[in-house]
Amino acid sequence: MLRQLMAAGAMSTLGLTSAAADDVTTFTLDNGMEIVVIEDHRAPVVTHMVWYRVGSADEPVGVSGVAHFLEHLLFKATDDLESGEFSATVAANGGSDNAFTSYDYTGYFQRIAADRLELMMTMEADRMNDLILTPEDIETERQVIIEERNQRTESSANALAREQIRAAQYLNHRYGVPIIGWMHEMEQLQMQDTLDFYELYYSPNNAILIVAGDVEPEEVLALAETHYGVIPAEDNLPDRVRPEEPPQRAERRLIYEDPRVAQLYVTRSYLAQERDAGAQEEAAALVYLAEVLGGSSFTSVLGEKLTFENDIALFSGAGYGGVSLDATTFNLTVVPAEGVSLQEAEDAMDVALAEFMQEGVDPEQLERLRAQFRAAEIYARDNVAGIARRYGTALTSGLTVEDVQAWPDILQNVTAEDIMSAAERVFDRNQSVTAWVVRDKEEVIQ
Amino acid sequence: MMRYVVAAVLALASTAAQAEIEIQEITSPGGINAWLVEEDAIPFVSLEIRIVGGSSLDRPGKRGAINLMTGLLEEGSGDMDARAFQTAREGLAASFGYDVRDDSFVLSFQALNENRDEALALFRQSIIDPTFDDVAVERVRSQVIAGIQRDAQTPNSIAGDAFFAAAFGDHPYGSDQSGTLESVEALTREDLLNAHADVLTRDRIFVGAVGDISADELAEVLDTLLGDLPTGAPDLPADVDFGLDGGITVVEYPTPQSVALFGHAGIERDDEDFFEAYVLNYILGGGGFESRLMYEVRERRGLTYGIGTYLVPKDHAEMVLGSVASDNNAIAQAIDVIRSEWARMAEEGVTPEELEAAKTYLTGEYPLRFDGNGEIAAILVGMQVQGLPADYVINRNDYVDAVTLEDVNRVAGELLDADALHFVVVGQPDGLQTSE
Repeated sequence: MLRQLMAAGAMSTLGLTSAAADDVTTFTLDNGMEIVVIEDHRAPVVTHMVWYRVGSADEPVGVSGVAHFLEHLLFKATDDLESGEFSATVAANGGSDNAFTSYDYTGYFQRIAADRLELMMTMEADRMNDLILTPEDIETERQVIIEERNQRTESSANALAREQIRAAQYLNHRYGVPIIGWMHEMEQLQMQDTLDFYELYYSPNNAILIVAGDVEPEEVLALAETHYGVIPAEDNLPDRVRPEEPPQRAERRLIYEDPRVAQLYVTRSYLAQERDAGAQEEAAALVYLAEVLGGSSFTSVLGEKLTFENDIALFSGAGYGGVSLDATTFNLTVVPAEGVSLQEAEDAMDVALAEFMQEGVDPEQLERLRAQFRAAEIYARDNVAGIARRYGTALTSGLTVEDVQAWPDILQNVTAEDIMSAAERVFDRNQSVTAWVVRDKEEVIQ
Repeated sequence: MMRYVVAAVLALASTAAQAEIEIQEITSPGGINAWLVEEDAIPFVSLEIRIVGGSSLDRPGKRGAINLMTGLLEEGSGDMDARAFQTAREGLAASFGYDVRDDSFVLSFQALNENRDEALALFRQSIIDPTFDDVAVERVRSQVIAGIQRDAQTPNSIAGDAFFAAAFGDHPYGSDQSGTLESVEALTREDLLNAHADVLTRDRIFVGAVGDISADELAEVLDTLLGDLPTGAPDLPADVDFGLDGGITVVEYPTPQSVALFGHAGIERDDEDFFEAYVLNYILGGGGFESRLMYEVRERRGLTYGIGTYLVPKDHAEMVLGSVASDNNAIAQAIDVIRSEWARMAEEGVTPEELEAAKTYLTGEYPLRFDGNGEIAAILVGMQVQGLPADYVINRNDYVDAVTLEDVNRVAGELLDADALHFVVVGQPDGLQTSE
């Protein structure tokens, strides 16, 4: 669907790899705008992206959803373009365009014939500073984002459950507030809220230009200097310091009830270390831990113990998204098999975890995963736009180009001991939320 | 081995930039045809294999057998159980895909050069020699049943089931390929063996290959992988008319936002007016933000987050379909707007400016699809299934450019009929009732 939200953590753990370092060139303009050029000359196509280091977790209290609302509004008029003309121009040149908002970033991109790059830069630079909004834009587009929330969240029992879980996971950090916003705050979003956000954060010193495809780095730099280099830096750009989590001292448990739930399940999230600049080893171990515990439904620890050795789970899985500016989560989920209660499923999950902590990592499984991460690096080269996204998410989440390029080797060097000690640290029930998602509370609590 | 080479030059919207892909048509010594694009930049190969037939070949009373059989191919074969098979596949870092649709069964394969032969042997085993052991059958059966239960709680699935059942009745298109709780519960191992024999045949097989592999190597791969498939595919189902009249069907479901699936009869893929219809649909509702419906329903009125329309030329029936989601108190208005835009397009057609913009987009966008080995392999197979020649990739943009205003507006009048549109609405829509 168009103009989508990208949930943090949705990135595949397989494939967090980079293009060969020699295909990537970086520059910084005088006004502070960073540039990453990724060359792939197989087809005369280019992906042009501008990423802003601002997302929903940077919003002021009380205006949740404003980052995403503003992303929609960037397709309205500027001093040079009419409302809708941006996308119409991209389409008229045979390209496609879209945008996305997450907790830590907002991004805009076009995919088009490589010789149309300058036109894309002209328009993208224009809307960095010269947006012109009308009251009608605000009224109509607010209805659109409300319909978007209706479609993605209000219509989905699982999405509503995830919101409650995140709200319980984060006691103080804005990661506990949904990217799209709480409905009651979305309904009150005003033009000035969006303009305040725009004027502060949409600035070259808060932006990263990523150009991937059939381009030469020096040509990209020359075009960028012409179009982005003339935009003044924002002097008042604040440091990116969010409210931090206090020590989490108590396990949280919740039951989410919704008659639309088709399958009951139990899910637990633990607060987890993210990838940090120059310190990605813990996150790399957690990437392996998620794969070892729940990556493959056939060969993972939970799959074997809960589905193959016992008839407990219809499905089990583990997930971890390490690219995040602040603390992320590590998640476990079990969907019980027919006739198994949620209490039995949760107990079996905990027994499986306890056994794993005793038994450790199967060396053969570890080597298979290592081979898959290595292969994923080769397969990833087939998708240069995917590599561009990886740089974008990393650079807006506190990482550097060097970190992105070091990541494949860091992954290859993770040991069984690293994984087990990361597991010891992350499985702290005082930092966890356990949720039961049910159709009817009366059915499950007897 | 026979072999043709077609140098297909893909011109982009720009005059300067051109992409070139060279499609080789090969026939293996064993008689399997394939199209190949050699691309040695990255040391892996992607294969896409499509066998025409798909879940529409389910035998009477056995709805869901082919879907369940497909789900079991990765669950044990040869002397390996599910875990042994997956352990071997993961160790090779290869990807195997097994998918079934109404009209086709699809296999996809991706492996590194360094262990391609081992990966192929494993993939072959899963296709030719699946075990269907009881434990795996029961596990996958319970997964399919869970999926059916989930669909029964998903507004879009509820809408699709109601719409297609009313449109196609007892024809396979009238029911979901997963089957029903009752039909899936009743499936036996013999049903799965029959499903395997009905679907996995070489009579109607098409192959696309892209990557670091030569024509000779591919020929050998084809015979190893597919040479042992039997001939003797069952007859395809008969063609069927779209049997749903204009109107509204409301399916009550407790949710704040209604979803609507709508449509009427369509146009065949090999109709001489297909390109006119394709351009027309882009302008009406296929073109994302540039479409009339997106402008009228979303941009101008804020009634939805997204609306789209699609030409759906299936092998045995054709439709024009659309979907939209709106608040329960706004869906009636959205439907009014859709109907009136549908009627306006049928009567007035498109403007010269709209036609030009559509052509520029469609011809510019086409080469951008060729962006990855797996994507190109799927395109090559799709062309073969449709009976298109390899040089279609060269000529396709000319077909789009040849569409005239007069013809597209004639087709608008012939194809689009606002009174024939049927809307299935799932939710609690204000002011809408099932029509008589």
